[in-house]
Amino acid sequence: MIQNKDLIQYILGISDNAMILGQRLGELCGHGPNLETDIALTNISLDLFGQTRSYLQYAAKLKDDGSTEDDMAYLRKEHEYKNVLLVEQPNTDFAYVIVRQFLFDVYHLLFLEQLSESKDQQLSAIATKSIKEVKYHVRFSGDWVKRLGDGTKESHNRIQAAIDILYPYTNEFFEASEVEKLAMSSEIGVNVQDLKTEYLKLVTQLLTEATLTFPEQVYFLSGGKQGKHTEYMGFILADFQYMQRTYPNMSW
Amino acid sequence: MTATSAPNIDTNLLAILETVSDPEIPVLTVVDLGVIRSAVQKEETVFIELTPTYSGCPAMDVISDDLTAAFKAQGLETKIELILDPAWNTDWISEKGRDQMQAYGIAPPLDETSDKQVLLGNARMVGCTNCGSTNTQLVSQFGSTACKALFKCEDCLEPFDYFKCLR
Ligand SMILES: [Zn+2]
Repeated sequence: MIQNKDLIQYILGISDNAMILGQRLGELCGHGPNLETDIALTNISLDLFGQTRSYLQYAAKLKDDGSTEDDMAYLRKEHEYKNVLLVEQPNTDFAYVIVRQFLFDVYHLLFLEQLSESKDQQLSAIATKSIKEVKYHVRFSGDWVKRLGDGTKESHNRIQAAIDILYPYTNEFFEASEVEKLAMSSEIGVNVQDLKTEYLKLVTQLLTEATLTFPEQVYFLSGGKQGKHTEYMGFILADFQYMQRTYPNMSW
Repeated sequence: MTATSAPNIDTNLLAILETVSDPEIPVLTVVDLGVIRSAVQKEETVFIELTPTYSGCPAMDVISDDLTAAFKAQGLETKIELILDPAWNTDWISEKGRDQMQAYGIAPPLDETSDKQVLLGNARMVGCTNCGSTNTQLVSQFGSTACKALFKCEDCLEPFDYFKCLR
């Protein structure tokens, strides 16, 4: 049996991916390249925050010390956030936003499909609910990868550049952390290593269709699952935590 | 397969529940939307199980407050629990609800296969809420709220929302 404190850490790992990517997409509100895309990206952000709330409400309940979902979301230190490095990468341009989304969405869907089989009923319920939403996300991001890749010379070059920069962050998905191993051995967590083959197959398929390729020489980057983040994380948190830090216990 | 279990609602509570509607689709009551999974009265307290349409749907908090207020007006306390399992799906929207949506200007969800076709832009099947034509085209997979996509009618040129199928 997995201990409560480890289960909480496991849940935070999952929800921090959704939350930090949701925050990155939220930054684009009012800045999308056109109205429809702006709305789509913020809708995806909203879905991710909704999923985050379900996870954090559950984690707060397990913690059982009066902590709330807001405490869990806003009052941790940088190294206590366990999201993968990919989701904290900046909104450099629209190609980066789409590639980051696509590389995460494909993994997210595969991950949730496994999590929906979890022995933990609440995690299974959240995953089942989220799958329905993430199917729309991957359709949206995949569609744009094809459009930009197989679009103009300029769009092709720019999205290829984004893939070259962001692809090195994807291997972290499949490097199981200690807590992921614990959750996996108690049949609560997902065997992330097992997702890699299917992931690469699906991503390669779509990139080929979009006339794009993976970079040849790759030095994979990781550390987020251990709380070692890239330089961007502090800035995200400064923005994200500002209201709770400035006005403690504020609520809407 | 989708769970189609009918909700467990005390008949004497139905009239009060039907006074509460989705704040984003005011013509649709929470009962017709299918988000009330159970409502049972024990003495002076009504126990309600509410399920969200989409995880991030901001309407859920408003609906909870509105339910509490509606029962309070009748001298009843409420205990509302948000449940995720089984997950809400668009089959739970009642026939009456679908008709009301259409009349309000939101095309109700098609079945899963057709839904996929129209959202990929491969087929024209969604009925225009203004003129009824099915010569309609996807503008954006995401509309004014997470549950809707944006369409336009090629005949009368009217833009309208389509409530996406969720299964
Ligand atoms: Zn029309």
